[in-house]
Amino acid sequence: MAHAHKLEIFRGLWKFKSNTQKIWGVLAFLTFVTAIEVVLGIYKPDSLMHTWMTPFEGGFLATLGNIFLSPFIYMKPLNLIFIVLTIVKAYYITWDFMHMRDEKSSLRRMVVWTGVFLICYLIFILLQEGGYIESVYSSGYVKRDF
Amino acid sequence: MDTTVANTGTEGKTWGGGNRPLNASYGKMMMWFFIVSDALTFSGFLAAYGFSRFKFIDYWPIADEVFTHVPFFHGNYPMIYVAFMTFILIMSSVTMVLAVDAGHHMNKKKVTLYMFLTIIGGLIFVGSQAWEWATFIKGDYGAIQTKGGNILQFVDTDGKRVALADFVTAEKKYRAEHERKNGLWFVQESTLPTYTVGEVIKGLESRPDVLVRTQLLNEEGEKTVLTRAESLRQIKENGKRVVEGANLEVNEYGTSLFADFFFFITGFHGFHVFSGVVINIIIFFNVILGTYERRGSYEMVEKVGLYWHFVDLVWVFVFTFFYLV
Repeated sequence: MAHAHKLEIFRGLWKFKSNTQKIWGVLAFLTFVTAIEVVLGIYKPDSLMHTWMTPFEGGFLATLGNIFLSPFIYMKPLNLIFIVLTIVKAYYITWDFMHMRDEKSSLRRMVVWTGVFLICYLIFILLQEGGYIESVYSSGYVKRDF
Repeated sequence: MDTTVANTGTEGKTWGGGNRPLNASYGKMMMWFFIVSDALTFSGFLAAYGFSRFKFIDYWPIADEVFTHVPFFHGNYPMIYVAFMTFILIMSSVTMVLAVDAGHHMNKKKVTLYMFLTIIGGLIFVGSQAWEWATFIKGDYGAIQTKGGNILQFVDTDGKRVALADFVTAEKKYRAEHERKNGLWFVQESTLPTYTVGEVIKGLESRPDVLVRTQLLNEEGEKTVLTRAESLRQIKENGKRVVEGANLEVNEYGTSLFADFFFFITGFHGFHVFSGVVINIIIFFNVILGTYERRGSYEMVEKVGLYWHFVDLVWVFVFTFFYLV
């Protein structure tokens, strides 16, 4: 039967002899990532608790810079690390456990792009509005004082 | 991946699911459709959680202080148990994918074994979640809710949490709980708290080393502790209600939305795990009965496997956004 599995992860850096071995390899990697998350979550190193950059001040370019670098400007590095590690884990669960790696690229795109696009939109809208309401609360219930 | 599927009588019928666009069988494709839509549902919930959290960004409870228990152990172990739950779920994902792999080799014995282990993993996870809920609902320190709906907690001079039971003495209560059987049959109230606000004030006055901690987070991301005089003033002037544990209306950890989202999101996920276990059990018995052996394909295991991995995938995100970030 044609059950072609792609037996390498990390772009071919780590090759496996059989699909079973690959599964255990991915488990080891996922456990390792989770362990990093838990250790960071318990100890919360001080160096990761404050943003590394301050927002740019000024005109249009400053605003553009703030948008492009927003993960570094508005997010604590620790949280950024957590989110990146989560996406890494999600990638290996989908690609190797759910066999996305072996599906046709068109199926892969159909599932991943649709989801990623809509989820990004949802997150943007809701977090933006949440931040807006917070700013109304914290500025004495006045957002624009004409 | 290409898998031989049993004839369904739809071969060549384009609108009957007979053709195989994207080289995936009809069933697997539908499972992917479902997964995409369910992923959107969950991200809607998590984004709504993010919305509420951004709204109260300076007041949100610190997850590390809320989920600190491990069954059978006393003491303060933040994160450890949730990490264990995560590992269990990932592990059951592994046994599931091993079952799928064994199915490709038409190895009925191995499929049976791995499906069984997957079900056990799922049950351990659901059980752990039930325990986590019970602990969350029971609470451990108790707090006072103010007129404005904020939560005031108690700490000692070192900033360590102090439980109400450590400094408050319950006096004789004259107020009985209103139940359906002893009052109006169509009215009932929730359990009365162990202490009244008056008793808490008395206890606070008798213990000069107890201070009040507000919901407000300071620069270092820690909760603000009030001075002794301010503590007494806050409780006396604004204290309205004693809160023990958590429910949908109020909780001792902080913003009520925190508990609401906790119940809703982990509950919805737990429901997914539960239905996953049920489906796994059905497939497990089908495997034992030899249904797929006769059909000549274990694709059904693969489809339920997709669902099971998806549940794991969602948990990875819930774990990050509820317990870590």
